[in-house]
Amino acid sequence: MLKGHQTWIFESKPIIAGSAAVGGPFEAQGALAKDFDLLHDDLWLGQDSYEKAEKKLLEQACETAIKKAGLKKEDIQFFLSGDLINQIIPSSFTARTLAVPFLGIYGACSSSMEGLTLASLIVDTGFAQNALVGTSSHNAASEKQYRYPTEYGAQKPPTAQWTVTGAGAAVVSAGGNGPHVTAATIGRVVDMGISDPFNMGAAMAPAAVDTIEAHFRDLKADASQYDLIATGDLGRVGHSIAGDLLKKHGINIPEEKLTDCGILMYKADQPVFSGGSGCACAATTTYGHLINRLRRRELSRILVIATGALLSPMSYQQKETIPCVAHAVSIEI
Amino acid sequence: MSSKKRKKLSPVQQQYQDFAKAREPKRPIFKNCAKAFFAGGIICTIGQLIQWIFITYFKFDEITSGSPTAATLIFISISLTSLGVYDHLAQWGGAGTAVPVTGFANTIASAALEHKSEGFVLGVGGNMFKLAGPVIVYGVFSAFVVALVKVIIKMLGGM
Repeated sequence: MLKGHQTWIFESKPIIAGSAAVGGPFEAQGALAKDFDLLHDDLWLGQDSYEKAEKKLLEQACETAIKKAGLKKEDIQFFLSGDLINQIIPSSFTARTLAVPFLGIYGACSSSMEGLTLASLIVDTGFAQNALVGTSSHNAASEKQYRYPTEYGAQKPPTAQWTVTGAGAAVVSAGGNGPHVTAATIGRVVDMGISDPFNMGAAMAPAAVDTIEAHFRDLKADASQYDLIATGDLGRVGHSIAGDLLKKHGINIPEEKLTDCGILMYKADQPVFSGGSGCACAATTTYGHLINRLRRRELSRILVIATGALLSPMSYQQKETIPCVAHAVSIEI
Repeated sequence: MSSKKRKKLSPVQQQYQDFAKAREPKRPIFKNCAKAFFAGGIICTIGQLIQWIFITYFKFDEITSGSPTAATLIFISISLTSLGVYDHLAQWGGAGTAVPVTGFANTIASAALEHKSEGFVLGVGGNMFKLAGPVIVYGVFSAFVVALVKVIIKMLGGM
């Protein structure tokens, strides 16, 4: 049901019946290592390209999520997925392996919550019993896609971020036990004129703030209704900008409630500059760490705002600024 | 951000640029320069040492030792790139590791490694000079312009 301008309320409260997070070697040393279902010590995952390695991550996340939901592949009616590689091949190739009807999506790093929103909508409207949603990113594959070769020696500024190697997947079901999705706010594309691709946090922060503002406005809610409000991958730089921007807009979120998946992911001594980024950042943190905390009842209501920078290597070279989007999903237990 | 670029932005965007800028950590320019100075200096000292070895122990003089010295540095740089070390050195050394011949070798080796998965012809062959290409193009072009200027001055009876 549409509420306000851009928020959907899922009245049937679709259940996240099973979710999984798979990570790479750098994530295995990170702060959330114990919340991953599977961790790899090899960036290649035994494959002969980084793109194939990313596909493998996504396949494993999907398989694990289906298994944890107590289902079989045949029980899944639709699979929704997106990633950062050209023509979203890790997603499409995973769909080929799963042989489940597939809808490819793209929202850069906001794909995780875009997928969860759409899967919840499909289940809420009764168009599916079980929908699988996934997303992945791979540090080296993304560097290759967006920046320079991985072994190229270029000095990165302190505002740069580290793409998470991993994949997250969740099964959204009409019945069962577990955390449920109650509402989602679809974000507008916001461009505040940042053009430096090594400063994604600052580029995406206004989009996150815009979506949070819209979410609260549409639902006539405020921060007190949530135990935790987590943005996707703003990193330390974007997080502090978003915090101040929210205050400037008169939205009061206590500091301990507002966090960012890109900050949660890694330990302070890991050389990740401003923090983590990539599709898998919000996905693995939500489907691993946050869902686990919900299941343990440490949290009862959370809002995840996945942020995506909608640039391409070509748009950057053509000196375009970076448009960004953010989608918010509210999950309760 | 350049003032020309800034002019294209709306007032709200310009306001946000300042808002964000105030909250971003700055590049530590002085620290980076100092590190680059030492990193570049160390690489050149190693180069000097290699040249000295070629002159002292092999039959080279100060002019002919240039090529084998550069080749040795390139070999070291490519080895470090292949072992996945050079990019970490470069994060520390910045321009100090980028400017010497080792940095140039790194651009070629890293691109070749990166695109090996697309095959040896279209992958390695097609992408090897992706980063080094502009250096070669503008290097050769500037050399041509300088040579042209020299020839003209000579023809006019100068030098």
